[in-house]
Amino acid sequence: MLHSILQIGDKYFMWNEGPMIWTSDALIVLTSLGIVGLLTYLKRWKWLWDEWLTTVDHKKIGIMYIIAAFAMFFRGGMDGLIIRAQLAIPNNHFLTAEHYDQVFTTHGTIMILFMAMPFIIGLMNIAVPLQIGARDVAFPYLNAMSFWLFFFGALLFNISFVIGGSPDAGWTSYAPIAGPFYDPGVGENYYLISLQIAGIGTIATGINFLVTILKMRAPGMTLMRMPMFTWSVLITSVIIIFAFPVLTVTLALLMFDRLFGAHFFSVTHGGLPMMWANLFWIWGHPEVYIVILPAFGVFSEVVSTFSHKRLFGYKAMVVSLVAIAILSFTTWVHHFFTMGAGASVNSFFSFSTMLIAVPTGVKIFNWLFTMYKGRIEFTTSMLWALAFIPNFLIGGLTGVMLASAPADYQYHNSYFLVAHFHYVLIAGTVFGVFSGLYYWWPKMFGQKLNERIGKWAFWIFMISFNMTFMPMYFVGLMGMTRRMYTYPAGLGWGPFNLIETIGALGMGLGFVVMVFDIAYTIRHPEKDLTGDPWDGRTLEWSIPSPAPEYNFAVIPEVKGIDAYWMMKHPKEQEPGPVKAVDKSKIRPIHMPNNSYRPFIISVAFFVAGFGFIWQWYWLGIPGLIVVAIGLFLRSFEYNDEHFISTEEIERTEIAAGRL
Amino acid sequence: MQFLRKRWRSVLIFALSTLMLSGCGKIVVLNPQGPVATEELHLITWSFGLMMIVVVAVFALFAFMLIKYRAKKGSKSDYQPEQEGNRLLETVWTVVPILIIIALIIPTIKTTYALVKPPSTGTPVVIKAVSANWKWMFQYPGQGIETVNYVVIPANRPIEFQLDAIGPMNSLWIPALGGQEYSMPGMLMRLWLQADHPGTYVGRSANFSGRGFVHMVFNVIAKSPSDYAAWVQKVKTTAPAMTMADYQKLTAQSVVSTMTFSHYIQFSGPRNNSMNAMYMAPNS
Repeated sequence: MLHSILQIGDKYFMWNEGPMIWTSDALIVLTSLGIVGLLTYLKRWKWLWDEWLTTVDHKKIGIMYIIAAFAMFFRGGMDGLIIRAQLAIPNNHFLTAEHYDQVFTTHGTIMILFMAMPFIIGLMNIAVPLQIGARDVAFPYLNAMSFWLFFFGALLFNISFVIGGSPDAGWTSYAPIAGPFYDPGVGENYYLISLQIAGIGTIATGINFLVTILKMRAPGMTLMRMPMFTWSVLITSVIIIFAFPVLTVTLALLMFDRLFGAHFFSVTHGGLPMMWANLFWIWGHPEVYIVILPAFGVFSEVVSTFSHKRLFGYKAMVVSLVAIAILSFTTWVHHFFTMGAGASVNSFFSFSTMLIAVPTGVKIFNWLFTMYKGRIEFTTSMLWALAFIPNFLIGGLTGVMLASAPADYQYHNSYFLVAHFHYVLIAGTVFGVFSGLYYWWPKMFGQKLNERIGKWAFWIFMISFNMTFMPMYFVGLMGMTRRMYTYPAGLGWGPFNLIETIGALGMGLGFVVMVFDIAYTIRHPEKDLTGDPWDGRTLEWSIPSPAPEYNFAVIPEVKGIDAYWMMKHPKEQEPGPVKAVDKSKIRPIHMPNNSYRPFIISVAFFVAGFGFIWQWYWLGIPGLIVVAIGLFLRSFEYNDEHFISTEEIERTEIAAGRL
Repeated sequence: MQFLRKRWRSVLIFALSTLMLSGCGKIVVLNPQGPVATEELHLITWSFGLMMIVVVAVFALFAFMLIKYRAKKGSKSDYQPEQEGNRLLETVWTVVPILIIIALIIPTIKTTYALVKPPSTGTPVVIKAVSANWKWMFQYPGQGIETVNYVVIPANRPIEFQLDAIGPMNSLWIPALGGQEYSMPGMLMRLWLQADHPGTYVGRSANFSGRGFVHMVFNVIAKSPSDYAAWVQKVKTTAPAMTMADYQKLTAQSVVSTMTFSHYIQFSGPRNNSMNAMYMAPNS
């Protein structure tokens, strides 16, 4: 009996791999029990179900995205710290090659797809409908689907660590190394299927926000009057809609190879391993812009707000967003200049890649000149936005150096490259989402995050970030390649790697301080009753914080860029507070109902995915059938809306001091 | 105090000099040992210089804005909250980057085309470099010999590496001599390199290929033409010929130390039969 239990444990739960797995198992069980116990003790199950799990409210969905992103930041960050612990000194054997390969694979995949993406999408959810004066997104039910598909995709990916083993072919998952022959076992299946499930959600998000922004703007808000963050989300949605289907197809093809013995990417039987690299990066390069453009949008909002000045060169900002989006689809080959595509192909892609520097440079200078003749206020949110400029510049300019194909032959796959993409992704995306978090936190919860602790977190994180990644440029030029699990002494790499590890610990500390800031703020809230703590410029600041369920009691009329600023600074009169809500204009508001179905369908997707990962079709196929039933029932749902009465709106507005 | 300060200074000097000694001398990419690496370094230096122009401009503007326009009580700096843009300035920062890119793309394209040709006029030596999961095999078709996990080349002669792979992709990178190129199954690739002087240089695989990837390190030993000829002669006369058992061992997933053969077994086409057999049974 005991023997057979242990055998099952070894086969499915890798109990033979030692204490790291046992600790993780114990922690997961304890955490789950703790959450269940706490919810039961506080009698919060119904609250959780009614208010969160079944919600279709974009503001709550945004908050859930951000909570999940924080959890994934923790997980991906732990992976990063384990990587740095392993590389701290030469000839280290803290991890085996097998484990190291798993850790860098999950680090990359989680940070890009399960941290950066949901954080960005969370901010989109919170800010976009409020910025355009809408009451929700165009398809609230689909929005909930998107979130739960992402959530269960991420969960599926994460359980691979304790059930069956993580993927280990790198986040790029190149064939044939990720194919069935060189990588048997379930690890890669987890990668393929969990990304696929989360990817469906992302495509839906792209469609949802494209329609929301095109169709649901308040009267008077023409495209060229939209806030810059909304513009960046519009462009990002278009990139998602063009790029993500490529990922869907690519993942499906490799899944056929692995599960059903197809040969799309195998070495034999006419498969084309190089095709994987092409398809992956046709999605992968635009993906980089999917996570960076909304961050650019955040910087535009934050820099303008805290310089107390209009955004410089609005039109040029829009044009450069569009230019970056188009160019992002023309540069994928620069990820493999060394694949021998020939001099003419490499020359073309060198040029197209360098061209992206032009619109990006335009944006940088416009941000700089937004501060020109402004009044710069150094809030935590602004600090993150300001730090972005010099740090991202270093990442961007080394990107131009990498774009030169013959020079890239020397940088490719070395730590020079690793340094470059961490400089653009952390200084761009991570600084961007942190800036956005501090900026919109009052709108989410009606209280400011503590600025003092926030500034500590900023300085610790930012300095440590440079300590971690600046030395990587040098070790790269010294010949250290990425994904090495250990390296010999005597090459001069040791001191640099040690500095990097110390820096990584500092980044971890910065993250902990930021989480402490959140906890501290929850305990000692500094209430914001104005709804407009930063002297904001766009419509989200015109309503109470946190925003009521219906967002706007009366849909505002927009007269120009920075609509709320214009309301506060009317041309003829002295600037002053905006008039309260006009009672005569309040009408009953039409809102979508909550639905349990997105949650249930996503659970079914999770179960089906788990079945296909293990090739247990008796589990996978019923899972898909439940999904189909859910979709079928949804098609016949007619009564999925309700009205909020004028009395209730008046009560809410009075409570918020607006009436 | 004085003592402390002195001590700190010496610690600092020691730390810096160790970094410099252990570091800078070992930045291989910046110390090229052959014409290919030299040409690539020229491009690296040129692009770095161009980028420094941007760094200086942006950092200066950044510092200026932060110092001059920070909000403070009784600030006298000009405040124009409604300023929208400036066509002249915006044209400048669109056109100048374009000029910088033109200055970079021209040498980039020249070098890209130059590197597909032999780096000098000497008679090239052809060496077939085959990555076979977690080892490098170097076959000398002209000489009929093979080395594993090290390669000997004549200095001052262009070397034409023909890259092939058994199994996953790898990348042949000898930073002292020049940039890398992928080795891929079923796709023969070419990489020209050359060493200026006799010496030993480190090469490795730069593309992740699984568990044993870290061990795909090899020495490149450049010898003078006469030493090289003598070495070839010695291998031909003293090294064993490759047996079928050696061949099996080399094509299987394994990590091996250096080996030398006076004769090698030619693969039948890019893929061999054992590979096919292995691929027939994916999930078993």
